[in-house]
Amino acid sequence: MVASLKIQDLHVSVEGLPILRGVSLEVRQGEIHALMGPNGSGKSTLAYTLVGHPKYEITQGSIEIDGKPLNELDACERARLGLFLAFQYPIVIPGVKVADFLRHAITNIRNPDRKEGEGLIPMREFRKELKSMMDELGMDGEFARRYLNEGFSGGEKKRMEILQLAMLKPRFAVLDETDSGLDSDAVRVVSEGLRKLSGPQMGVLIITHHERLLEYNVPQFTHVMLAGKIVETGDASLARELHNEGYSKVRLRHPEEAAEEAARASGRSSEAHNRTAEPASV
Amino acid sequence: MSTVIASSSAAGFSQEVFEQFLSSRNEPAWVSELRREAFAKYTEFLEQPLDPEEWKRIDLRALKPSQFHLVTTQAAAEANAASGLEANSDPAIGTLLADRAEFAGRVIHVDGQLAISELSEELAARGVVFGSLTQLIQTHGELLKPYLMQKAVKHDQDRMSAWHAAFWTGGTVLYVPRNVRVEAPLYGLVALAKDKAADFSHTLVILEDGAEATLLEETTSLHATHTGLHVGGVELLLGQEARLRYVQLQNWNHRTWHLATQAGHVEKDGFLQWTVGGLGSRLAHTHQDVSLDGRGAVAQVNGVTFAINRQVISYYTQQTHRAPDTRSDLLYKDVLRDESRVIWRGMIDVEKGAPRTDGYQRNDSLLLSTTARADAIPGLEIETDDVRCTHGATVGEVDQDQILYCMCRGLSRHEAMHMIVEGFFQQVYDRIPVPAVQETLSQAVERKLGLGRDT
Repeated sequence: MVASLKIQDLHVSVEGLPILRGVSLEVRQGEIHALMGPNGSGKSTLAYTLVGHPKYEITQGSIEIDGKPLNELDACERARLGLFLAFQYPIVIPGVKVADFLRHAITNIRNPDRKEGEGLIPMREFRKELKSMMDELGMDGEFARRYLNEGFSGGEKKRMEILQLAMLKPRFAVLDETDSGLDSDAVRVVSEGLRKLSGPQMGVLIITHHERLLEYNVPQFTHVMLAGKIVETGDASLARELHNEGYSKVRLRHPEEAAEEAARASGRSSEAHNRTAEPASV
Repeated sequence: MSTVIASSSAAGFSQEVFEQFLSSRNEPAWVSELRREAFAKYTEFLEQPLDPEEWKRIDLRALKPSQFHLVTTQAAAEANAASGLEANSDPAIGTLLADRAEFAGRVIHVDGQLAISELSEELAARGVVFGSLTQLIQTHGELLKPYLMQKAVKHDQDRMSAWHAAFWTGGTVLYVPRNVRVEAPLYGLVALAKDKAADFSHTLVILEDGAEATLLEETTSLHATHTGLHVGGVELLLGQEARLRYVQLQNWNHRTWHLATQAGHVEKDGFLQWTVGGLGSRLAHTHQDVSLDGRGAVAQVNGVTFAINRQVISYYTQQTHRAPDTRSDLLYKDVLRDESRVIWRGMIDVEKGAPRTDGYQRNDSLLLSTTARADAIPGLEIETDDVRCTHGATVGEVDQDQILYCMCRGLSRHEAMHMIVEGFFQQVYDRIPVPAVQETLSQAVERKLGLGRDT
């Protein structure tokens, strides 16, 4: 059976400030969705909210995997249900070896009921799997012994996210600008990596400004976000159009959200946001 | 009750108790003389306030020395050792290191009394001496006399050193002759068993020129709820080109006071790697001096401390450079939880005759709760030109972004915390290439993370 990640009418605030204002989206296993939109439109907010970042407060709406509501679950429980976020800015964890970290992660994800202290996946099996995956992604085996993201270049960090994705084999992967800040070689490596990994078992939501990742991973759906709402949904051609022409036409087609975007940019108070969020009388 | 009286000296550390103690020891005159001088100094120091520089952040008012007594019967110690050192059901106490490696020798003391003393025949044949100080002053007096409390821990240094020098009991000696290299680690255990027992153990390590050894020592309590007192001394004396790895893992129960005077001296081109683990005790204060006495001497000092509940763990460290081209490198890492407190005050002293000194000290503290407190006070005193001295200290809470990142990969919050704490200490582990020590510390950390008042 094909599982789905279903987002319905999601409203999210950060420190009392509404950022998402009714986002609905459904990603099924095997599908690739692109999420595009100008800076500040709420793409990363959606990503963090999906995985359960405590700073992002859901004020309305729901997130479900296979009908199971996620709203009340913490990040760990969501990960064990098969949700994965490739971070835009991967975190450095000093002194924690990549291999140790991944061995714990993989054990938990494959055995979601595991308690701390219970056995880990056998070392030999794990090493073998890690090595073959690193080979496949063209990564030096030495990475496994390094401390997680410590002293990694931008490209290395992003590749490490893809390696984790490969090892954890989530049902739903969200990639938050995994292609940003990379030179074109690195973008190619990451894009090819993702192409190898995604398949009928994985639903993918790609947040991106760029086209390259989408060339390798052609989306069936492209969503455009503006001021905390998905204002348009199309196919791969919409992604190309946005990449070539920018968002000015989108803004013209959606004046209400464009006005809200302008209001946010000028840094009005949260009350002002609330007001402009009222049904407009344009 | 009469058995208790028979096996222990009277409580406290008065003149009367001292005389009684001294007469029970049957020691060579030079040892008794040292003790008498020390006791006189101790009496003097009691009239004076403790050095505020070292003690002002530490509250000793609840320490009542008169409650504690020295144990003087051998039989009791052996019985305790036999019963107590078996696998202990209480994970907070008991030995951490004992079963972890093949040791070339073991010396075990309980309540200041020797319980076990073993050394491989091979090492004994090469002239290595490893055993109880109490016994060895009788048989190897001439060997020990030039070293015992002459150079490193001095009886007239301060109140704690004088107190220790007057009443030391038990004690572990390691002597390695010239150019003898001991590959396998040696093991020392100092345990407290009786309620209100005092441990005044003294560790004396002498490495002749070109000698090499590894000594792993730990302290423990055999009962979680007994009150205890440790007033200890550690002397590490390295000859030219000698290499010593010394580890002391302080793991008393949380009702034991730990007051330690420890000093290491390194001669020309010698190398001392000294690792302290601070896990146990109610209140611990360690005065740790490292002195680089000969050209090219090197000392690396490592610290791993994990304080919980209302524990207070304090260090007063001194790296003294007395000769040219010497190097010292201190790295202390502390993790604190609950209302615990860790204090580190570190000083690098560079004397006039020590150009081209390279001195480094760093203390990092990780706070797992907002009610814990860490104080780090680094300092430099430099009396010569052409030196390089750096110091630094950080205090911070666990990074929530790190926790979230781990949780997003399926780790529970607790597991994430555990991993982050382990990672925090890893930098120190990376400097200690003794697997038994790494494993031990890592397991101790795991235990401590599971402890605490809410569990």
